[in-house]
Amino acid sequence: MQVKFAEYADAIVVRLDGELDEHTAAQVRQTVDVAIEMCRQRVFIFDFSKLSFMDSTGIGILLGRYKKLKSKGIEPQIYGANRQVDKILQTAGIYSIIKKTS
Amino acid sequence: MKNELNMKISADIANDAFVRSTVAAFCLPLNPTIDRIEDIKTVVSEAFTNSVIHGYDGDSSKKVEITASLTDGELEIIVKDEGCGIANVQEAMQPFFTTKPEQERSGMGFTLMSTFMDDMKVESEVGKGTRVYMSKKIAEVNNA
Repeated sequence: MQVKFAEYADAIVVRLDGELDEHTAAQVRQTVDVAIEMCRQRVFIFDFSKLSFMDSTGIGILLGRYKKLKSKGIEPQIYGANRQVDKILQTAGIYSIIKKTS
Repeated sequence: MKNELNMKISADIANDAFVRSTVAAFCLPLNPTIDRIEDIKTVVSEAFTNSVIHGYDGDSSKKVEITASLTDGELEIIVKDEGCGIANVQEAMQPFFTTKPEQERSGMGFTLMSTFMDDMKVESEVGKGTRVYMSKKIAEVNNA
């Protein structure tokens, strides 16, 4: 799993490249939290375009990050989820709190 | 004809990707759709993770047993551990229920398993272990 982030004027984009499960969770959580810590932008984008697999571990991570971002007044968004990841996010109702962006 | 895969593997979460990929690969001769393959990977990952995290509480010296069998286009998966067991299975199966909220667990594992499979059943006994049974039709005709 590779986690990289890029800063733009009004958004931070965190790109997950690989498979997100319990085994890779700690690394993802740690890196994403560093990005959240330094985020002064209005929007925080989870770029899932290179995420080939995610299980419910990802739901727990997203809900935890959602709380952190909201408490800082930052808007989380999800970009580029493949069908497998999208199905998990839909089933868990994540899109009712974190919007998809294109 | 029945085609069966049986493996016993260390309850190490690093084995999760291997386990889910292996069960998915076992089904490939039936030419399932990519969506079905992805569903299989997801539910196996959920069940294996439960055994490692909850059943054995991270003790990787223990083993998880996975059985997958294909009969007339239908896949049956059994994930079995001899861990702590679940006191209240009905409660555990509620969406977002988790015994480990401090670890940011979603409590969505059983919900995903039952949503993505045609049938799912959990047998558990405290102190003895847990057996998750799942089945799904993955091919219209038996071309195994």
